[in-house]
Amino acid sequence: MAETTTFSNATQILEPFRGVKRVTIEEYFTSGHRTCQGCESALVMKLMVKASGPRTIVLGSTGCMYVANTTYYTTPWVVPWMHTQLGSSGSAALGTAAGLKALMRKGKMKSEPINVIAFCGDGGGADMGLGAISATLTHKEYNSLILLYDNESYANTDIQLSGMTPYGANTTFSPPGKVKRLIHTRWKKNMAGLMAAGHPECRYVATVCASYAVEMMNKVRRALTIGGPTFIHSLDPCPKGWDYDPMLSHELGELAIETGIFPLYEVEDGQVKYYGKTKAIVEGRARKPVREYLLKQGRFAHFLEEDLEYFQAKVDEMWEKWEIPAVVPFRRLDATKAALAPK
Amino acid sequence: MAVVTQAAPAGHEEDKELLISGSEAVAEALTLADLDVVTAYPIRPYDTVMQAIAKKISGGQLVAEYIVAEGEHSQFEIVKHASTVGARVFCGSSGVGWMYAMECLVVTPPLRVPMVALVGNRALDDPGAFGVEHNDALVVRDVGWLLCWIDTSQEALDTTLIAYRVAEDRRVFLPLAISADGAFLTHSQALTMVPPKSKVDQFLPRYNRGDLLLHPDNPITVAPQANEDWVIEIRRQNNEAMARAVGVIEEAYADFRRVFGRGPENPWFEEYMTDDAEVILVGMGTISLPIKVAIREMRAKGRKVGLVRLRWFRPFPTEKLVAALSKASALGIIDRDYSFGSPFGSGVVANEIRAALYNADRRPPLLSFICGLGGREVTLEDVYKATDLCYAAAKAGKSDPKTHWLGVRE
Repeated sequence: MAETTTFSNATQILEPFRGVKRVTIEEYFTSGHRTCQGCESALVMKLMVKASGPRTIVLGSTGCMYVANTTYYTTPWVVPWMHTQLGSSGSAALGTAAGLKALMRKGKMKSEPINVIAFCGDGGGADMGLGAISATLTHKEYNSLILLYDNESYANTDIQLSGMTPYGANTTFSPPGKVKRLIHTRWKKNMAGLMAAGHPECRYVATVCASYAVEMMNKVRRALTIGGPTFIHSLDPCPKGWDYDPMLSHELGELAIETGIFPLYEVEDGQVKYYGKTKAIVEGRARKPVREYLLKQGRFAHFLEEDLEYFQAKVDEMWEKWEIPAVVPFRRLDATKAALAPK
Repeated sequence: MAVVTQAAPAGHEEDKELLISGSEAVAEALTLADLDVVTAYPIRPYDTVMQAIAKKISGGQLVAEYIVAEGEHSQFEIVKHASTVGARVFCGSSGVGWMYAMECLVVTPPLRVPMVALVGNRALDDPGAFGVEHNDALVVRDVGWLLCWIDTSQEALDTTLIAYRVAEDRRVFLPLAISADGAFLTHSQALTMVPPKSKVDQFLPRYNRGDLLLHPDNPITVAPQANEDWVIEIRRQNNEAMARAVGVIEEAYADFRRVFGRGPENPWFEEYMTDDAEVILVGMGTISLPIKVAIREMRAKGRKVGLVRLRWFRPFPTEKLVAALSKASALGIIDRDYSFGSPFGSGVVANEIRAALYNADRRPPLLSFICGLGGREVTLEDVYKATDLCYAAAKAGKSDPKTHWLGVRE
């Protein structure tokens, strides 16, 4: 029988949790890790596999969620877990899914939908592993989720800047000095927008923040059940890298949303849907000033008023100038806009 | 009820003879081995194998996940991960493509992933050159890859089947690279016996990942951070697997001969006219062709010259090679590779053989030659010149350790 290039992408059935009290009690990421106090990324790991359930394989690329998380003889992972190289989260997801698919369609393994999740940090995902993730998001025959936990630096190797480190932040590769106050003057990559805009056949891209845990788990569930490759970008406050009291992790996550610096949304089959306080901002609620977020963190302690103003202006631009606010940074020429406007 | 037709019983099917290149022969073997996942990325000359596999996939002879990756790094990572969930995998590259995958090549042995790869040997950039050099495959010689060199299309097919048998043996579980000289073998056609599937099934069992299978029914953690607590033990385990591979390779070749009725008795190297040889030349891959022709010419003139063509470089057949070489009056090692700054500036094979001979009772004078780099043709004149120098050393009873470059513009 001739085959077409499209196969049915059977997935598990994972209904959204209707409220925090209905979340399952079982844990698949437990004790044994040695992450920092207040580590939001460890919480992301826990919520991620809580959402996916036990029939899941997790691949973890190098980063703090490998090194601090998975020590020989004390693994916190209840589900099968495997290390992959720093730039390999995309390839790990694709290879694992392809291996399972081959064995199941050839009758060499019992056929069942197994969730495949590969996670990467901002360095592994948005810097080194971008090409492999991009490739995987075009392979629609293979079901997988790539989850980028973004703590905005190479936090495992001593807090060096990545392509996802915010403008001006103090890292060990961008220490403020007498001559140069700001070493790092690049604006952060727009990863979720990049993934959604660049991969027309990727059916689901979302942003999450563990401060909103139920929403986050439900987005993981949607990503695992829609079929094909999917991508989630999680913003994870990091007490060590951002230099704040560990008790503020949850609050800083909220402030990132409320200031409009990090929007919560999903793009499902090309449709943008905003969530929570981001949705309120889109509908007209005022954003909190970025200084409320930035000045709670030691990594911005060297900021002068002009730096805060620059940062605020860039964030304002995301909301006021971008064609799809905070998602796609394209701007139409006014003339084009007029011509395209409904008569 | 009368039996009108009867299918031939398994094991009685005939081989078929095809005129195919080395790369196509590998693809025939992969089809017979019922490959599960394969990843392709273009670079000459190895990529002819992926073109051949793509035709097998589109033609329906092979059912496998066929993935065109976005670079060699991903190419090797994808099959590495597919192998951990139990899939039989294949990959390959050439020259700087193999180097681009280097990170993935070094993690595969400690993960005990029995991937099989074809290296279509190619000179490293810069400057660009498509021709053969062995430096690409040789870069993994220290990190746990099984490494062999082949010479003909038939050997390409047979070695691919043997490769899975050896690599996927639980006593080994190491990746295996088959090196084929770019153009001279990857692209050159020869008549090749292709066995029936029934014979292959007798020889090659299914890949069984066993207790290392990554699956929800076997929820293991693979490659957690180990540091100084455990890494040296893991290296030691790798080393022991490599040592066990020696016996597994010998078993596999013996069984191959039993099932297929062909193949060498000595897996490790081919000996050509060495029985009475005064001078033995040593090389790997298709360099055997000009050397064999030269040997026949020289023997017609009374010079007793022989060739040892090394098939297996890792594991290195130290004892057997020493036994075969130490009886000669002089040795000439012809490297199609270089190792700048190495002892005596010699190629990799020459220095490995020097090391292997160190404890031998009899150490003939050993001359080191570098020849045919970048795919330059190795001529009969090159071989005559090397042999002359070997005879001079044999007569003197000693050799100057300096390395001779043959066929080079001065």
